[in-house]
This record gives sequence, structure tokens and C-alpha cells, in this order.
Amino acid sequence: MNPPAGLVPPTYFILIFLVPLAVAGLAIMNTGLGRTRSAAHFMLSSLSSVALAACVYVLWGFSWEGVSGQVAHIVFLGGRPWDWIATDPFLWHGLAFDNSRVTASAFLQVFTVGLAALIPLASGADRWRLTSSLISTALLAGWIYPLFAHWVWGGGWLSELGTNYGLGIGFVDAGGASTIHVVGGLSALSVVWILGPRFGKYSTEGVSAAIPGYNIVYVLLGCGLMLPGWIALNAAGSLLFVGTPAGQIALVAVNTFLCASAGCLAALATTGVRFSKPDASLCGNAWVGGLVTSSAIAPFVTPGVAILTGLVAGVIVVLSVEFLEMRLSIDYPGGAISSHGLAGIWGLLASGIFLHLPRLASTGFHPRGQFLAQVVGIATLLGFVLPMTFGLNWILNRFHVQRVDRQGDLLGMDLRELGGGAYPEFVVRSDEYTQR
Amino acid sequence: MKLAGMLLLLAGWVVVISAVVLLASPLSRGLFVFSGFGVEMLGLVLAFRKEAL
Repeated sequence: MNPPAGLVPPTYFILIFLVPLAVAGLAIMNTGLGRTRSAAHFMLSSLSSVALAACVYVLWGFSWEGVSGQVAHIVFLGGRPWDWIATDPFLWHGLAFDNSRVTASAFLQVFTVGLAALIPLASGADRWRLTSSLISTALLAGWIYPLFAHWVWGGGWLSELGTNYGLGIGFVDAGGASTIHVVGGLSALSVVWILGPRFGKYSTEGVSAAIPGYNIVYVLLGCGLMLPGWIALNAAGSLLFVGTPAGQIALVAVNTFLCASAGCLAALATTGVRFSKPDASLCGNAWVGGLVTSSAIAPFVTPGVAILTGLVAGVIVVLSVEFLEMRLSIDYPGGAISSHGLAGIWGLLASGIFLHLPRLASTGFHPRGQFLAQVVGIATLLGFVLPMTFGLNWILNRFHVQRVDRQGDLLGMDLRELGGGAYPEFVVRSDEYTQR
Repeated sequence: MKLAGMLLLLAGWVVVISAVVLLASPLSRGLFVFSGFGVEMLGLVLAFRKEAL
């Protein structure tokens, strides 16, 4: 499903200006979920990753992504066109920098590619070298994100599944649940596989030790800061990528908030039942999970369905964090694989189940095959994007070791890579202090 | 084990794409798409097995 090209009102750009709030909120939240001895390193990594992602995306990333209706490489399979990759000029030379839909899309994604880059960063916290994380970010922003975003938002084959094969209206994703969050979540999984767990996280018998986040206030503050940015992201994405009428933006905003709220409440109840007391960091993660789910469904469902999907997302996040950490020995401090990857996949499935488009109902549209289109999109994420992401990071690791050395494990990333801590006035634990 | 998992993930995706391209009947197309998805799940299980201590 591709919206028509043309000019857009200036209000679209105001929405896009708010999107960096989501980026800032996620960075603050993930810092709070880490450790004091790596806090400065993490914030510097976040800032530099967002900066590098934007530069790489403008330099060549957008050229692979392009926009719907422009020149692209097409192959014919079974007599039908499959649009694989765009061929726009490098350095945004093809953009007019006016108030067109094309310019607005490109502008929005300078920020969203940074949001995607932050997701794996959180999972590699406390052991991922700065230079390695930057090279990995360049791969994500320059190739992985643009390629998949072209398939979904740039007129690629996934968005054309409806036209070519009668699968509903094709794979839909209004706010980036797949292009930003599942891609980021799978990248996080690849990085965690390559880095391994933090030193001291698992005993030789495989028993997991709790390493709690050092500042839960940051975690919850980040959650609050994310909300306006996320509403703006979902609203701008709905307007630009799926052609939602401007009059339905209130529905998008309400559904975004309801999804996050329901996710948080579900986590509150689930952790209260499982651990006797609510867990603040898991509630924060479930809030993010709800927001990610909303990115897939916000313009397509009623508020009641938004609450239902948010509740399910909250439960998925809580249970999957426990399962991945305890049973599969996956150490990911920011909870990104659950709150971005799994919640995003749930949102994409939910949009296939509950999709309701009042504006299309009058035309006789029936979303038959929509669920299958969503499954094909998810299968592409798992079957193509995950191996590609893992393969690229594995190759990178062969040439430039991604994990910090044992000294970094013991000292923390602040002292090992930056030579100074985030909180030099405070010595929280003796093993975090080194005479300088 | 990880490599085998990744290869199974790719193989599952090829089954999914082939089903979309080659099959016209909604029932058979759906069945093969879900079969391909099942192969991907097997690949994920294999990829995760190495991590579980």
C-alpha cells in the first residue's frame, strides 16, 4: 500500500521535529538500565551512534531506500514485478527540499534511523567497544535499515503484496514497528550472540545473577519523555507511509498512549503476581513494548483493540525477558530484544488480525489475506534480515573484535575507553574505582 | 549450530517467498507460507541452542 505523492501541509514537519524526543527518551532509559561504571560511555555511544546513523543515511542509505514511485531495480518473478532496491542519487541529490511527501519522508527517517541504531546499543551495554558499535551502526544505517525500509515504505515488494498477489493491502507498518524496531531488535540479538554475556552475569553452572539498572528514575523519566516523540512518530508515519487522513490523527495519538499504558499495567500486574511486588524496570520495558506495538497498529484499530494489544505486549515483554535471560542465557541489559523485537512482531501480527480501515470499507475492501501479508513480512525479518545482520556483524568481529577486553570487563567501560567515569565524585563499589 | 540455524532461517524464507510466487490457491499458499515459517522457527531453535547453558 503506497500513499499518493504530492505536497504535504507544514504541520507534518512540526510532528517530525518532535520525533527526537523518542530518541532522547530511549537513550536516557537505557542508560538507567545499565551500570554507573559504563553510564558516560553509553551516553556517548548513543549520541555518536545517532550522529553517525544520520550522516550515513544521508550519504548513501537513502539511495537504497528511495520512495514509492521512483526508479528502482525490479526483477520479474512468476511474471510479476518485484521491486528490490531503489537507485536514488547519493547525498540526497534527488531531493527538492520542498514540502513534498518525499522530502518529509527523508527528513523523518534521519531521526528514525538513529532510533533504530540505539536499540542494539542497549543490548551490548557494558561490553561493546565504542568503535565497534559505530561500525555496526554504519552497517545498520547504511544498508540493513534502508533495504528493509525500501521493501515496506519505498514501494518495495512487501508493500506490493496486495497489488501483485491479492494479499490484503500488502504488508503494512505505519510507524516503523518492523523497519525500526524489529530490525533494531534483531540487530540487538545478533550483537548479543557475538558479544556474549557480561562478566559475572552467569555462573559456570549457568545460574543468572541479577545486575539491576543503576537508576530507575532515569528509566521511568525516559519512558515519559518518549511518549510525545512516539505519538509524533506514529502520526507522521501514518500520514506519510499509509496515507491516513489528517482527521484521524487523534485516533493514532490515543491508540499510541493506550497501547503504552496497557502494556505498563499488564507488566505491573504480571510482575506483581510472579514476584510478589511490581518490577519498575520491567514496567518501563513493557511501556516501550506497548509503544512499539502501537507503531504497527495505531491508525488501523479502535481504542479497545489498542488496549487489548497493549496488554498482550506487556505480558509478552515480561515473560520473554525472564525466558531469554534465565533459560537461554541471553544477557541484554536494555531489554531491547523483548520490548522492540518481540513486541514489534506481535504488533505486526495484530495489525493483520485486527486491521480495520473505515475509509476503505465503503469501497468494498475486504482485508482477506492481510494476515498472510503480515506473516510474509515477519518471515522476511526472521529469515533474511536476521541472518544478514548476524553475518555482517560476525564478519566485522573477525576484523575488529567487538567485545572489550578483560580489563574493560573489570574496570567498566567509562574508565577503560574514556579514562573517566560519569560520576567521579561518587565511589559506589570499590571495584569501580581506580587511582588516576 | 549457529550456522545451521542461520541456514535454516534462510531456507524457511525461501519457502515462504516460493509459496507466494508459485502458488495461486489461497489455501495451498497459506499452508506453504506457514510451513516456511515453521522451518524458520526450527532455525531459531537451533541458533538459540548454543546459548542455553
